[in-house]
Amino acid sequence: MTAWHHPATPLEPPCAPAGARRLGERVISSFAVLAHAAPLAASTEPWINFDVGLLIDRFWANTINGLAYGSIYALVALGYTLVYGVLQLINFAHSEIFILGVFGVYLTFLAFGFEPGAIPNLPLGFIIVDLIVAGLVGMAVSGLAAILLERTAYRPLRRRNAPRLAFLITAIGASFVLQQVIRIWRGSNPEGTIRLLPPSPVFTIFGAPVTNLQIIIFVASLAMFFVADTFVNRTRLGRGIRAVAQDPNTATLMGVNRERVITITFMVGGVLAGAAGLFYLMTIPQGAVYNGGFLLGIKAFTAAVLGGIGNLRGALLGGLILGVAENYGQSLFGGDWRDIVAFVLLVVVLMFRPTGILGESLARSRA
Amino acid sequence: MRERMSQISTFWNARSRFQQWGLLIPVVVFLLWLPVLNPPIITTEPATDFPIALFNAAVLALIAIGLNVVIGQAGLLDLGYVGFFAIGAYTTALLSSPDSLLGVRYPWLVIVPIAMLVTMISGVILGTPTLRLRGDYLAIVTLGFGEIVRLLADNIDPLRGNRGFQNIARPELDYPDGSPVFTQTDVLGFYWLAVCLIVIVLMLMGNLERSRVGRAWIAVREDEDAAELTGVPTYRFKIWAFAIGAAVGGLSGSLFAAQVGYVNNQRFDVATSILYLAAVVLGGAGNKVGVIVGAFLVSYIPDRFQFEPQYRFLVFGVALMVLMAFRPQGLLGMRQHLLAYGREAYQKLFGARTGVAPSGMTASTRPEGDLPETRPDDHAGTSPRGGGE
Amino acid sequence: MIRRRLAAAGALVAAVALVLSGCANQGGGEQQGGGPAAGAPSQPTDAVLPAGNGQGRCAPGTSIAYTGTIAGQNAALGIAIVNAVQLAVDQHNAANPNCQVTLVRADTGGTPDTAVGPVTAVINNPQVLGIVGLPFSGESRAVGPALNAAGLVNITPSATNPALSTNGWTNFFRGLGNDAVQGPAIARYIQTRLNAQNVCVIKDDSDYGIGLAQQVTQALGPAASCQADVRTNQREFSAVIGQVQQANPQAIFYSGYYQEASPLVQQLRDAGVQTPFIGPDGVKDEQFVVNAAGAANGALLSCPCVPQEGFTDFTNAYRQAFGVAPQTYSAEGYDATTILLQGIDRGAADRAALLNFVRSYNGQGLTKRFQWSPTGELTQTPVYMYRVDGNQIVTDSQI
Repeated sequence: MTAWHHPATPLEPPCAPAGARRLGERVISSFAVLAHAAPLAASTEPWINFDVGLLIDRFWANTINGLAYGSIYALVALGYTLVYGVLQLINFAHSEIFILGVFGVYLTFLAFGFEPGAIPNLPLGFIIVDLIVAGLVGMAVSGLAAILLERTAYRPLRRRNAPRLAFLITAIGASFVLQQVIRIWRGSNPEGTIRLLPPSPVFTIFGAPVTNLQIIIFVASLAMFFVADTFVNRTRLGRGIRAVAQDPNTATLMGVNRERVITITFMVGGVLAGAAGLFYLMTIPQGAVYNGGFLLGIKAFTAAVLGGIGNLRGALLGGLILGVAENYGQSLFGGDWRDIVAFVLLVVVLMFRPTGILGESLARSRA
Repeated sequence: MRERMSQISTFWNARSRFQQWGLLIPVVVFLLWLPVLNPPIITTEPATDFPIALFNAAVLALIAIGLNVVIGQAGLLDLGYVGFFAIGAYTTALLSSPDSLLGVRYPWLVIVPIAMLVTMISGVILGTPTLRLRGDYLAIVTLGFGEIVRLLADNIDPLRGNRGFQNIARPELDYPDGSPVFTQTDVLGFYWLAVCLIVIVLMLMGNLERSRVGRAWIAVREDEDAAELTGVPTYRFKIWAFAIGAAVGGLSGSLFAAQVGYVNNQRFDVATSILYLAAVVLGGAGNKVGVIVGAFLVSYIPDRFQFEPQYRFLVFGVALMVLMAFRPQGLLGMRQHLLAYGREAYQKLFGARTGVAPSGMTASTRPEGDLPETRPDDHAGTSPRGGGE
Repeated sequence: MIRRRLAAAGALVAAVALVLSGCANQGGGEQQGGGPAAGAPSQPTDAVLPAGNGQGRCAPGTSIAYTGTIAGQNAALGIAIVNAVQLAVDQHNAANPNCQVTLVRADTGGTPDTAVGPVTAVINNPQVLGIVGLPFSGESRAVGPALNAAGLVNITPSATNPALSTNGWTNFFRGLGNDAVQGPAIARYIQTRLNAQNVCVIKDDSDYGIGLAQQVTQALGPAASCQADVRTNQREFSAVIGQVQQANPQAIFYSGYYQEASPLVQQLRDAGVQTPFIGPDGVKDEQFVVNAAGAANGALLSCPCVPQEGFTDFTNAYRQAFGVAPQTYSAEGYDATTILLQGIDRGAADRAALLNFVRSYNGQGLTKRFQWSPTGELTQTPVYMYRVDGNQIVTDSQI
């Protein structure tokens, strides 16, 4: 048995179109030869797959899962993009704002008397009310935390006309502090699973099931996005945000209260992160852990840049694309290539669109 | 405090190079003796070995000096510098560990130049496509690069992922009594080597900064478009900055691998990369002495609080925030001599009035926040839309 | 000779333990879930406990060290061990007024480079006679040579990479079975008891996960028909699940830790995959059951440790001291500490003496019988299969 048969052949789907299979096999073999011809290779298992059959077979399921998970990326990415648009600041502590929201949601569940373990047997109406209340608490926690962060960490720096890199380091420091406070308070184990709404398939698209959770998360995230988009583009306060993003000095001269705009921007970003916290905990009930925000934060930031940082629509698009692409990449190359796919995608996109897919500016997106 | 700093700075700048060296040598000697002295309050013992803590600080200082070329000199925000460090460490491992499939066991001294060359080439490979990006786009792409390096080490079987490489070569030298100078646990030798490397790299960097290359970097940092218009081939110099920074990263990676004697995929993550950035900015990007101080603090604070592990990263985070709040420009601000015969010029202009800082003659001496570039809402040079409009 | 003395000590200890267990049970009222069935023995009757016979004598300042992660990444695993070590030392000191042993806690951060400093400090501390640690294989490999050179006995409660004992280190002892013991046993169970000829082996990217998956895959041969990879800290597994669904296996073996296993098994069950799920000792943890909610039900968990019903006293005391149930490798850490304390009680006053004591040790612990081969592997390592039944992990059988 040649080495490359080992993991690849048994996975060959019986239903995959013959053409795709042949192509897949041909590519596999050439790739596997590559992987083995390298002077360093010795083991029998190739370290990269090229499983076109699996990709085709799982296309719709991957798309649906990716869109649902990607909308969580998108909500967090909106926070990065808003703050970046207004302050040109990579708010590294945003991932901790997000995880605070997750804890807000979780502690609300606890306060309602739910216990870690089995799924409670409650009428649907109760569950929905509980989820909404928990979500609101999460949003409030994240929003307040974001304002607090802005006040205590960033505002003093702005007062002193600190250079941009100083903000970055303060953000990193704040990220450390928030993480460690959560760890010291709640311990380093994930919180026990509390799950109110188990997923159940509602309908299928080309054979791939779509669950109630996925529908709720996708629709609610889109709704949150439209509220945020409308807020920024259609309201008076939103105009202030755009004005400050475009030219802070002129905006101040025109009577925009810059400090207030900044506070509101942080708050909106925090509230969206809190909502993302609820959806995240619904998808991944094990997610409430002190360092659980870090990786997701990096991904969300990647998504924001992918779509064009400073651009709300870009954040949404970037989040969805990233969620979907990660899934395709995993099917194609194997599960351990997931994160690499995300970053390679970013690099490739920026090669061709140096300011992201939709371009960058919060102000100019509707200018 | 600020007054005092500026007085020291003035005093320092007024000295001749020989006088400066004369003053520096006792400092270096003191630093070399520090692990032997093991002074009571400063020491990290008994929680963690003091010479090792110092060695780690020295490695971080070397890293910070390399990263400073990219961030401080050329103004390119690099969040994936750990990738170069990793490449240096892995090159050392591959060329000397028995676990490596290459099957060779070169001595460390042979490996170091190879490691530096490999990282330099990888710097060029990374820089060629990405350095056309501006500001924060470059930051996120480099962050992606750092992660890709780590994940490749994880995924590609011959790089052994979490299993790692054992028995990596150390420099071979014995004390008169026959015991080896360079070991994992008795790191005096390694520490001295690291300090010497820092001094050598500092001298090389100093010369580079005062050369055409250094001036080109500063031009790129201050205003890329203006630099391009005045005939500085900015792209080429940015790649140079990347390559030279990378080579120093490779050197430190190699040093690190030799001391630990073992390399696996841990410790090359984004968080580590961000700590490197913190070292540079904390000390004062653009100031070589500053970044060394910054690196020392970033490495030393968690080690000093090792005795209370539950709280040490909390302390570290608070320290970062507090230091930035009180010294937003970094502990020692940016300081650049652009004139080739700057010292003579200062002497002529300010020699008599030593109380006045010669900041007027140095393009980037920045007394806190009185130059437009330093304001957060104005981002010439580092913002993606900075130069383009 | 030593054996006979130990046997005598064992009887004494058992008597003391009975008294202690009475107290502990009274205080352990808040215990919930995961408890043993009524009437189960509270521990192996001849188990050696940290308290010893109460006659221990040692020089003041005598120390042992825990070296491992306390606050770094994967801190949960380290804390589970260091707590158990602390508990053992406290129990020992309470029972032995003439031998007060100090516990030195050295936080290695769990990574090879950060381990060197604290470990060197421990080596340079002449009062430290023995070490419990290091928990991870990577850091163990990094500092192993130095510990060996210092002649400082170290018993690892959790590093299972088989290669660790092949370095010629004379001071290294493994407090649990290595992957080469557990892997084939798991494969045998899957093939003979579950009759599965089509198995998905999913592994994480840790040294532990990779090594164990290799052992299991090898032993399964062609039956290991599908391989999938996940990463540490991954929480969303839809693509991996897709791969599993396509392969449609008769069993799934997950090689890794519970942090990833609980969301994975939950998402598998959500996606309608009801295939038997088998995990190793890294997954056998109360946290797995709690975090996977109902999805863990029926999961099979192998472990080179004797059934948990065997040590409720320890469980209760741990719960009382730290407010949580002991977790993976807590009991191993407790046993390892007990052995070091036994040596100190019996007059081992320097590192060489303690190393010798451990090398020739033969005694029953909570988790298993401890006696080591010259390379530091346990001579007998029973592997048991456990089953998640509702909210409890119950014993299935020895495999």
